Amino acid sequence: MRIFLTVIAALFGSLFIGWQGLASVDDDSDSHYEDQWWQPRPGVAPVANPEYTEECGSCHMAYPPGLLPAESWRTMMAGLDDHFGENAGLDAPTHQSLTDYLVANSADVSQSRRSRKIIRSLSASAAPLRITDLPYFRHEHDKIPPRLVAKNPDVGSLSNCVACHRGAERGSFSERDIRIPGFGRWDD
Amino acid sequence: MRMDKFMAIPMVLTVVLSVPAQADDSVDALLATYRSQGAGEFDARAGAALWERPFTHAKTPGTRSCATCYTDDPRRAGRHLRTKKSIEPLAPSANPKSLVDTAKIRKWLKRNCRWTLGRECTVQEKGDLLTFLKNMS
Repeated sequence: MRIFLTVIAALFGSLFIGWQGLASVDDDSDSHYEDQWWQPRPGVAPVANPEYTEECGSCHMAYPPGLLPAESWRTMMAGLDDHFGENAGLDAPTHQSLTDYLVANSADVSQSRRSRKIIRSLSASAAPLRITDLPYFRHEHDKIPPRLVAKNPDVGSLSNCVACHRGAERGSFSERDIRIPGFGRWDD
Repeated sequence: MRMDKFMAIPMVLTVVLSVPAQADDSVDALLATYRSQGAGEFDARAGAALWERPFTHAKTPGTRSCATCYTDDPRRAGRHLRTKKSIEPLAPSANPKSLVDTAKIRKWLKRNCRWTLGRECTVQEKGDLLTFLKNMS
């Protein structure tokens, strides 16, 4: 009886391991493996820092730190007086605590699925300031015509994630949750 | 705790007095500061006029006003000009969370006046704007 149970356990154990192996296969199309019940975590760790949401989420979406490498965040925080043409200066304590948060949760530190893909898509020293300049990002958005984004008054640019990605604020960029204003779902 | 009338009074007072900060209190506190810094009588109509006034900037085309992002009516949600992010209404009558935190009011008056007018607003202008927003019903 014991031998029988051991064999059954080993059989199911290896089937399960094999299954997990399939689940972690790396490929370019995310849609097949997203939101499966054994992978409930969102693609990027969502923002869970009220100070960051308040200070860095007033004018645009509070971008999850896992979308850029630490060096990008450091450079960005060092240049807030000219933040893409606007003055986004902060007092010193806030500046320090936000920099610490961003660096501690950046793409090169995070184990989230998309953070790892972002880092893999970057050369070692690259530290773009725009998420939209990431090779991974460009690849994921390269089939979208301008009329749906830049020429779409409800979207405006690719940096307006929440306009189309309904799960963006919980870290999910799953294709299933995309609704482009005036257009609808997106199916690659 | 014994629930007798001696406990009841402080307990009721604690509940009644721990009402969250209101926009009125925060705005009034700032208006008092501005008066002490030389501002005269505050006028909601002057605030309304400033809200709509277009300002030009040497390096960018077109004009800017408060209404550019916040719309003509501060009771309506606005939208950031560049990012298109939605902005909650500024009028406390439409948004009870607005104009409650004096530090936040100061920060955004500084940033927004610099962006719109190209300079900081005077204490008179700030007071007129806040009076305009507070009085919107």
